[in-house]
Amino acid sequence: MPAGTLYRGREGMWSWVAHRVTGVLIFFFLFVHVLDTALVRVSPEAYDTVVATYKTPLVALLEYGLVAAILFHALNGLRVIAVDFWAKGPRYQKQMLWTVVGVWLVLMIGALYPVLGHAVREVFGS
Amino acid sequence: MSTTETTESGIGPVEGAGELSGYSPENPAPVIEPPRKRTTKTPKSTRGNFEMYGWLFMRLSGIVLVVLVIGHLLIQLVLDGGVSKIGFAFVAGRWASPFWQTWDLLMLWLAMLHGANGLRTIINDYAERPNTRLWLKGLLYTATVFTILLGTLVIFTFDPNIR
Ligand code: HEM
Repeated sequence: MPAGTLYRGREGMWSWVAHRVTGVLIFFFLFVHVLDTALVRVSPEAYDTVVATYKTPLVALLEYGLVAAILFHALNGLRVIAVDFWAKGPRYQKQMLWTVVGVWLVLMIGALYPVLGHAVREVFGS
Repeated sequence: MSTTETTESGIGPVEGAGELSGYSPENPAPVIEPPRKRTTKTPKSTRGNFEMYGWLFMRLSGIVLVVLVIGHLLIQLVLDGGVSKIGFAFVAGRWASPFWQTWDLLMLWLAMLHGANGLRTIINDYAERPNTRLWLKGLLYTATVFTILLGTLVIFTFDPNIR
């Protein structure tokens, strides 16, 4: 470990890095998302035109990434809360992180078909 | 056996804290006063507890957001044909109900304030020059207020018969 740094490596640091990166990503998306939704006040056509881009295969892939970021941030956020408020939280932080990763993987596999199904049908023909 | 190994606290066994330390319930170690402990003589803090409330808000809003955001993703991206069904008509159908208006309004406010406070922490961590901090936070607060107001306005003034 280099001298003069607070970074400690391992699960604790990397989960914090991932929490930070996903948090920023979600915030920037939310900003754009409020703007695109505001188009319902312009006209139904304007809104539907922009939402049509959300249905293209490339953006479907980005949506899957967004779901990945949100699910990790949400699950790891609950872990952070458990570390802070549950007396045994700090002792089990590592086990809780692997639980978070496991649940996240299961949910991501479950989201494959609902989020990407239509894109796969479009790219490879239905 | 050392008593520290069966402790219920979050801290694991402490080396040298067993019987060998010479202390026991009958012969307890001297109490050490924490160096910065607040006493009756400590002057009243003039800073308030803003950061503590911010810390608490991140956790409380986080718990509520789990329900709101994951429910939102299920409805918009998974159930009933996923993203393919979304369009002006779908939005009009949902915002006809005060329940979903309230859901979306609460989600907007909590997510924006939670995210903005998170970004404030990140700016505090990485931007070192006072001017950089000032500008980044100014930009952040402007964008946050703008987004919250715009979103709130859209939810409250939505008109299904706009055309
Ligand atoms: C879905 C439920 C969510 C949960 C359970 C959650 C939980 C948390 C918690 C507990 C923290 C504090 C971490 C700490 O003090 O170390 C945090 C930080 C943060 N969250 Fe969330 N959050 C959620 C949703 C969101 C959303 C929707 C956004 C974006 C708008 C967001 C953006 C952030 C940011 C930017 C941080 C600061 C990260 C840092 O300081 O490293 N979060 N979140």
